[in-house]
Amino acid sequence: MSHSSSRSDAVTAGQEMIRLDAVAKEFPGGVRAVDAVDLAVEAGSVYGIVGHSGAGKSTLLRLINLLERPTTGSVTVGGQELTTLGERQLRTARRDIGMIFQQFNLFRSRTVLGNVAFPLRQSGSSRAEARTKALEALRFVGLDEHAKRYPEQLSGGQRQRVGIARALATSPRVLLCDEATSALDPQTTQEVLELLRRVNTELGVTIVVITHEMEVVTAICDRVAVMEDGRVVERGEVHEVFTRPQHPTTQAFVRAALHASPVLGLLPGLLREHGVDAAVADSVLAQLDANGTEFASAERTERNQRNQAVSA
Amino acid sequence: MQQDWDVLWPKIVDAAGETVYMVLATLLFATLFGTAVGLALYATRKGGVFQNRLVFVTLSFLVNVIRPVPALIAIVILNPLTRELMGTAVGTDAVIFPMTVIATFGVARIVESNLVGVEPGVIEAARAMGTSRIRILLTVLVPEALGPLVLGMTFMLVALIDFSVIAGTVGGGGVGNLAITHGYLRFDDRVMAVTVLILIGLVQAAQLLGNMLSRKVLRR
Repeated sequence: MSHSSSRSDAVTAGQEMIRLDAVAKEFPGGVRAVDAVDLAVEAGSVYGIVGHSGAGKSTLLRLINLLERPTTGSVTVGGQELTTLGERQLRTARRDIGMIFQQFNLFRSRTVLGNVAFPLRQSGSSRAEARTKALEALRFVGLDEHAKRYPEQLSGGQRQRVGIARALATSPRVLLCDEATSALDPQTTQEVLELLRRVNTELGVTIVVITHEMEVVTAICDRVAVMEDGRVVERGEVHEVFTRPQHPTTQAFVRAALHASPVLGLLPGLLREHGVDAAVADSVLAQLDANGTEFASAERTERNQRNQAVSA
Repeated sequence: MQQDWDVLWPKIVDAAGETVYMVLATLLFATLFGTAVGLALYATRKGGVFQNRLVFVTLSFLVNVIRPVPALIAIVILNPLTRELMGTAVGTDAVIFPMTVIATFGVARIVESNLVGVEPGVIEAARAMGTSRIRILLTVLVPEALGPLVLGMTFMLVALIDFSVIAGTVGGGGVGNLAITHGYLRFDDRVMAVTVLILIGLVQAAQLLGNMLSRKVLRR
């Protein structure tokens, strides 16, 4: 139960890359988008934040690089307390925090190369240096051959890969992903998730993703926090939270994710095929059902009818 | 009595040249000042990168006061100021001043409205990269809005041709002046016809140029 509604993330001292302490964001009009959130993200890990739209996860992500300034609380990234910095210092600090977006937010007026070179140019790199580094980043995402094209000539998945290359161009230690796969089809989503995994393992970049898709969390995250009404209602290791969801919101997410998985429909058949005892199989299905999985309803109805026929 | 063509032609050619000169000079200055005012309007509006209510309201009020004044009236009102600044209120050069004043505020609104059309996400991406606010304005917003901006400026250019003719009737030179002095006052329909043809030609050329440029910028 360590994960359920726990107030903190267990991170070894000195190993944390991102730390939010009692961070709150209140918008004009009194809307509390984020309410007293503590968060600690371990260096080199992938942290997922899930929640329905309006839960405050998007605001929370923007509090990490201070695109939104917190009303109260402090934000520390890479050992530097961002909330104490002035505008100019903050701009420098942001070069160490890449960000990608649901709608990619590429510059339409610039080529692929121009997009990726932009953050380098404006942080003081020479034209030649920016070009070299941008091509390097494009090679990493597999798009160096498209350097001269414009964003509108690329597919959604390619655009997001350009977005990733642009975010990585300045070699940041942190990458923030704002619903990065929500505008993509399942196949492309897998490709982008695979790329993000490489960003994490090969480049050692600490990643924070916000998403409403549980499968994104299960695919790449180590830890997950579930948000509702501006608060973190549950958090922990992904497998832990996923297998024993405590909060109704988490349970709803897990349920939705299970529904989305075609494999589960095969489960009753598989249990039977592998000679699992009927009582055990029923118990497994009943437990899944208790968690809200309705995958086996047709199967069960059929079996119930059979049972009734036998007992009659 | 109607003048001979060999007397008229040089006048027509000169007048056309003056019109082109007035229009282009005005376009140049109005683009410079108007872009500055437009950027200021955009940047200081609510949620803008340099949000500042006082500056925004003042500028916006100024634009709204000046823009509805008919061109003809504006030139007359600005006469004393024109004389002060340009030394004279008559002639092709002098009239560039009032034309620039009026056009600047038109350009300002064109620039502002096209900048508003830029995806806010693009600005957010630039901010996340640590781009300074002034760089966001100049190296992100302006290039992103350039396609529709060129079309807006083409509209302005055509309006300026029209405007220059009006200016020509109250002291400015160009085909407007020619149309009044020779076409209207001397009842010379041929001059009127030539004037109209020149204007149609100029407008066509301006629109063609604008379309070509915007196509190039938009890559369509």
